Amino acid sequence: MHIKQELTERHVLTLTVDNEAGTLARIAGMFTSRGYNIDSLTVADISEDHTTSRITIVTKGPPPVIDQIIAQCERLIPVHKVTDLTEAGPHVERELALVKVHGTGDQRVEAMRLADIYRARVIDATVNSFIFEITGGPEKIDTFVKLMREVGLVEVGRTGIVGLMRGADAS
Amino acid sequence: MPEKSGAEILIDILVEQRVDTVFGYPGGAVLPIYDALFQQKKIKHVLVRHEAGAAHAAEGYARATGKPGVVLVTSGPGATNAVTGIADAFMDSIPLIVLTGQVATNLIGTDAFQEADTVGITRHCSKHNYLVKDPAELATVVREAFAIATKGRPGPVVIDIPKNVQVATASTDVKRPARSRFTYAGEADYAEINRAVELIANAKAPILYTGGGIINSGPAASAALRELAELTGAPVTSTLMGLGAYPASGDAWLGMLGMHGTYEANMAMNQCDVMVCLGARFDDRVTGRLDAFSPDSVKIHVDIDRSSMNKTVRVDLPIVADVGTAMQQMIDVWKGRKTKKQPLTEWWARITGWRAVNCLNYPGSTQEIMPQYAIERLFEATKDKAPIITTEVGQHQMWAAQHFHFDAPNKWLTSGGLGTMGYGLPAAIGAQMGHPDALVIDIAGEASIQMNIQEMATATQYRLPVKVFILNNEWMGMVRQWQELTYESRYSESYSDSLPDFVALAEAYGWKGIRCDDPAKLDDAIAEMLAYDGPVMFDCRVHKTSNCFPMIPSGAAHTDMILSADQVSGTMDDEAKALV
Repeated sequence: MHIKQELTERHVLTLTVDNEAGTLARIAGMFTSRGYNIDSLTVADISEDHTTSRITIVTKGPPPVIDQIIAQCERLIPVHKVTDLTEAGPHVERELALVKVHGTGDQRVEAMRLADIYRARVIDATVNSFIFEITGGPEKIDTFVKLMREVGLVEVGRTGIVGLMRGADAS
Repeated sequence: MPEKSGAEILIDILVEQRVDTVFGYPGGAVLPIYDALFQQKKIKHVLVRHEAGAAHAAEGYARATGKPGVVLVTSGPGATNAVTGIADAFMDSIPLIVLTGQVATNLIGTDAFQEADTVGITRHCSKHNYLVKDPAELATVVREAFAIATKGRPGPVVIDIPKNVQVATASTDVKRPARSRFTYAGEADYAEINRAVELIANAKAPILYTGGGIINSGPAASAALRELAELTGAPVTSTLMGLGAYPASGDAWLGMLGMHGTYEANMAMNQCDVMVCLGARFDDRVTGRLDAFSPDSVKIHVDIDRSSMNKTVRVDLPIVADVGTAMQQMIDVWKGRKTKKQPLTEWWARITGWRAVNCLNYPGSTQEIMPQYAIERLFEATKDKAPIITTEVGQHQMWAAQHFHFDAPNKWLTSGGLGTMGYGLPAAIGAQMGHPDALVIDIAGEASIQMNIQEMATATQYRLPVKVFILNNEWMGMVRQWQELTYESRYSESYSDSLPDFVALAEAYGWKGIRCDDPAKLDDAIAEMLAYDGPVMFDCRVHKTSNCFPMIPSGAAHTDMILSADQVSGTMDDEAKALV
């Protein structure tokens, strides 16, 4: 007997939650305990009175599992609203990355040239290194990081994505 | 401004929430609460002998009374010992409030004496949990906890209270507005109800598949189920958790469904054209092999928890609502439409054919007590006394579900989802506390009963006349049965060796002990048990290697039931072995 794998879809979920101790652990732990995947997760306080946070989770699973994930999130007491951006329609996804490269001479010039093409900003520089700041969709950042590997990548930090619905309405 | 300690505030709110009984065990981190309990008269504390017993007793109390059960235990081991009961209540949707002591807030995280991360440990086996860091928050938290535990799909809520929060004072004047941050389903959408009624009215072979949600919804839901069954003429089956919602003496009753359900219930589930799932959740014990589960039916699912919808079985019409309310709506719509009840003659004729298989039949014996016979005689002797039956987990539990018949809700208390051995005795104690005059019997196995046998002392202390009826076959019978069916009778560690003398044990705890191994003397022995005004442990020596049939082996479909021992092959393929 072998373990069977199922085909999965990528979904971006946003959750509006109470900003209180344990909320993130409750959500992240629920994913673990029920065997769901988390590709990325971001969380930050978004309300004026600091009572509400917004969490963006990128997850993968077969469609019935995605449906269960949403239902299980909604079942948690501090979770007020769950939106599946992937299902809901046109939306934007953005991620920020900090990318450190090391090099001199032609390599350094090439890194700078590529950064310019990808609209990455230099936020730190020494005579033999740069830190670039880049925002965009995950694919753009993946490609940029891949290019930087060729020209002296040292390390990368990524925020994971945040997303919003397009148009005037709240998601 | 008047101030009170956290412990006093806690007691005040428990009284406000109409708590009359708390099941607990004291320890260092809850001494301030125990001191506050000592100085009041409104709440009775039941001292258990192990914290697992406290949680199960509170579950038994909750299931028998419909009110939330309250548990009070200390930090560290007190809390971890209660975890099995919390997880059990979570699986079976039982409202519990579990109050745990915690080390003082300044000591949290320092590996202090009897410190455990209770909120971390219970996070995924409770409906919600809290760590209260200020006595001023306590009133709001406890009120919210009661609402969360009892509303929507019920469940356990844990409140972890550090010792310094129990001692520190806070003003009792501040009325913090209770947050209403959770919503729960009530009434169903009438468009959905209309569609459901339409489907049922046009069905040629409908079935009502009912579950514990009906019990949780309250007595009105059981009454509505009876009316709905009468109006529609549909047969009724139930999960283990739902027994008693529809009377076993009712004409439409098919018996329990699932792994050890009746042939007629499982065949009707397989062959129906419209399945109405009412407060059940398509558990794996019920469905058997998913791709062969009721392949040709339209499925309507009424559940209060949206996450139960399409979790394992895709349904055609999900209705997120309180099942009692939804059934009443169906009744109203049905009556309003003047829909005539279809005769369903052909359907009932097929059911009569399946009933004729007589699937609960078992080989008789005049030499030995057959375990099924013991349950039958116990039922006959007690059926006019409206007994509350609790069980442990295993063969005895399934035989009790098959051969003891329930006509009313809240009379059958068993660990369904988690399958916790050791549940029955403390649950019986809790049920007896809630119903002092009721006949409460724990139908047990000789292995399960030893898992919380220390609670005998609790029954003695509070003069609770619980009866423990042990089907003693000297085996962990269900494990032995699976080993016989799946592992060619290699009985690995399933023999209950070195059993205590249960009669002597009973006497040591101040109980009455009775032993019987003769079918001819069984009725008299049961009568002796029932006549005794006090706790009794009945060691019923039964046939040792009886198996529980019918049985849907793991990985099989409803139509592949094993009805008797001669259909057993003794082996299974790896796919089936991998299933629980």
